[in-house]
Amino acid sequence: MKYTDEFRDAEKAKVLIKEIDKLVATIEIAKTRPINIMEVCGGHTHSIFRYGLEGMLPDAIELVHGPGCPVCVLPMGRVDDCVSIAERPEVIFTTFGDAMRVPGSKKSLQQAKADGADVRMVYSPMDALSLARKNPDREVVFFGLGFETTMPSTALTVLQAEADGIENFSVFCNHITIVPTIKAILDSPDLHLDGFLGPGHVSMVIGTAPYEFIADFYKRPMVVAGFEPLDVLQSIWMVLKQIKDGRAEIENQYARIVPEAGNNAALTAVGKVYELREFFEWRGLGSIDHSGVKVRDDYARFDAERKFAIPGVKIADPKSCQCGEVLKGVIKPWQCKVFGTACTPEMPLGALMVSSEGACAAYYQYGGVKKHTTVRSGSQPVSVS
Amino acid sequence: MNMRPPPPKRVLGRVFIPTVTLAHGGGGKAMKDLIDDVFISAFADGAPEVLEDQARFDLAMLATHGDRLAFTTDSFVVDPLFFPGGDIGKLAVYGTVNDLAVGGAKPLYLSCAVVIEEGMKVEVLRRIALSMAQAAREAGVTIVTGDTKVVQRGACDKMFITTTGIGVIRPGLELGIDHVRPGDAILVNGLLGDHGAAILCARGDMALEASIESDCAALHELIELLLAAAPGTRCIRDATRGGIATVLNEIADASAVSIEIDEAATPLRDEVRGFCEILGLDPLYLANEGKIVIAVPAEESEAALAALCAHPHGQGSAIIGHAGLGEPGRVTMQTLFGGRRIVDMLVGEQLPRIC
Repeated sequence: MKYTDEFRDAEKAKVLIKEIDKLVATIEIAKTRPINIMEVCGGHTHSIFRYGLEGMLPDAIELVHGPGCPVCVLPMGRVDDCVSIAERPEVIFTTFGDAMRVPGSKKSLQQAKADGADVRMVYSPMDALSLARKNPDREVVFFGLGFETTMPSTALTVLQAEADGIENFSVFCNHITIVPTIKAILDSPDLHLDGFLGPGHVSMVIGTAPYEFIADFYKRPMVVAGFEPLDVLQSIWMVLKQIKDGRAEIENQYARIVPEAGNNAALTAVGKVYELREFFEWRGLGSIDHSGVKVRDDYARFDAERKFAIPGVKIADPKSCQCGEVLKGVIKPWQCKVFGTACTPEMPLGALMVSSEGACAAYYQYGGVKKHTTVRSGSQPVSVS
Repeated sequence: MNMRPPPPKRVLGRVFIPTVTLAHGGGGKAMKDLIDDVFISAFADGAPEVLEDQARFDLAMLATHGDRLAFTTDSFVVDPLFFPGGDIGKLAVYGTVNDLAVGGAKPLYLSCAVVIEEGMKVEVLRRIALSMAQAAREAGVTIVTGDTKVVQRGACDKMFITTTGIGVIRPGLELGIDHVRPGDAILVNGLLGDHGAAILCARGDMALEASIESDCAALHELIELLLAAAPGTRCIRDATRGGIATVLNEIADASAVSIEIDEAATPLRDEVRGFCEILGLDPLYLANEGKIVIAVPAEESEAALAALCAHPHGQGSAIIGHAGLGEPGRVTMQTLFGGRRIVDMLVGEQLPRIC
């Protein structure tokens, strides 16, 4: 398949792994402890597991799976709000597929659907707008979810709805923004991160400038990375190279998609429709200042939060859950007290077990329930359980 | 001598209105007409003289095929009813035929129970019944009994079909999901995931256009050829819902072996790969309706492969992996990229990823 196979070439991977091995051998800190690199984006976590990348990397590299799965970090109270909107008889509630299973305090959208709510899976907010056109007597609500990656598409849909005079469409806005969250992680006292793989698709929209503080203030290298396995390996090599050279810079490995300045048209649409919230609640991480956006007053009639009375009750994360520590890279998923026992993909307690992009679900599915040991590249297969 | 007159030749009822109504499920003349016109005329060769409440089999005749009866049932609720490469009727026949055939049974008889939503067009129903009849002829089975119910609008999605099948297993043939041994080769009979991808495309809510056809096919002939070429075959399973990933896990679990497959050897159509890439789906979990997973002793693997490849339903067959001595129940995949990952059971249904 063109445009993907080129980035999945096993021969090139071998060369890259060899180069990574060589580089790691020259890095001083790797002699005493592992080098911790956080991939911020859930898309990277998915690629790492899908292609078995962790097992190919030298032991001296620890990948820490970051908070960049928007489905995972959605707090329970917000899911309850979704369910309460979805259960209104006049509402058709539309959502991306993987948000269906996120548990609320009482039920998920999937359960609400089984109980009679009209919940429909769509692939784009524009599909939700078409539904609103086709059902003028119903209220169509789109579950706006995700980072800057999906924010422009919901903003443009709101603008389209306004232009077409469609009044029975609204967005339940749960969009979040990654930069304040990376900052919160960097400010955390129990942090041990040596570098970052930056989120490729978010950066396609916002560009690379918003990350400069990571290098300037926190002196950590970041490489904005693509999602194919060779992209990830090359980006890891680039982070290591910076560590080796004693540099802390924001580099762009994903230049074929990510322009340094971002996408102006997308940013304009986002700026027009959304403004920063004072704070937003993240599952596992708590409340983070300026980490979410809401619909501006000018577009209030497309804001489901204002159109419908939502309970807006804050639900505390289950006490036994250690999602926050996993997200910050303090513990590995299998070190969580409830991993694979009280918390499984069938009955997720914590957010990270919900989406296939969540670090815990990925370990559970691709890495096994017991401690994850992997196959070293080039050696005979050993037990992976 | 008092001669009884021969029973009068039964005339098949006809339906003259275009739409199925609740009256057609009411047990009266309307129902009889619908059954006669749509089902009996499609399934039976000419009008049967007497209709009983049950099909009756001569045991001695059944015993000529083997020494054990195989009995299976399956319900079909596919949406849309017609899709590229098949329809619900064909699926209902082939699905049950395959469930019998993978146990090594010769499929012989099917039942057909339909639940119809009122408002269904009689013409559509007729097309489906004729498609079932043709599929049954191709699969060498007879539809011998059935049931028709009509429910209110909204109580079912257009039409549901349940088929139950009877087949006979010949003496000495012992296939079993728990018979797989370390070292056995794992094969599939062709390109994977076509049915799942075709159905998702046909639903039209993805706004994706792809020329993917369902692989829906009756596999009894293919399995016969396979068993002749590889008499030591341990187990055969059809990889329907949940895809081959689910079947491999079931086999590994039941046989207490590990299974490792090789991504490079796993046959996939480019269109299905592309489809999965765009939606963030994993083809190993996509449904198939004409694909089986086969475990054979290593020394018979080449013979098995040759036999599969010689049949039209075995084009693209491949040895995709082996059973091993690793952790029992564990399925892993050597990725094309050179890594190794675990292939687990799917938790719920596969949902497209957000980004």
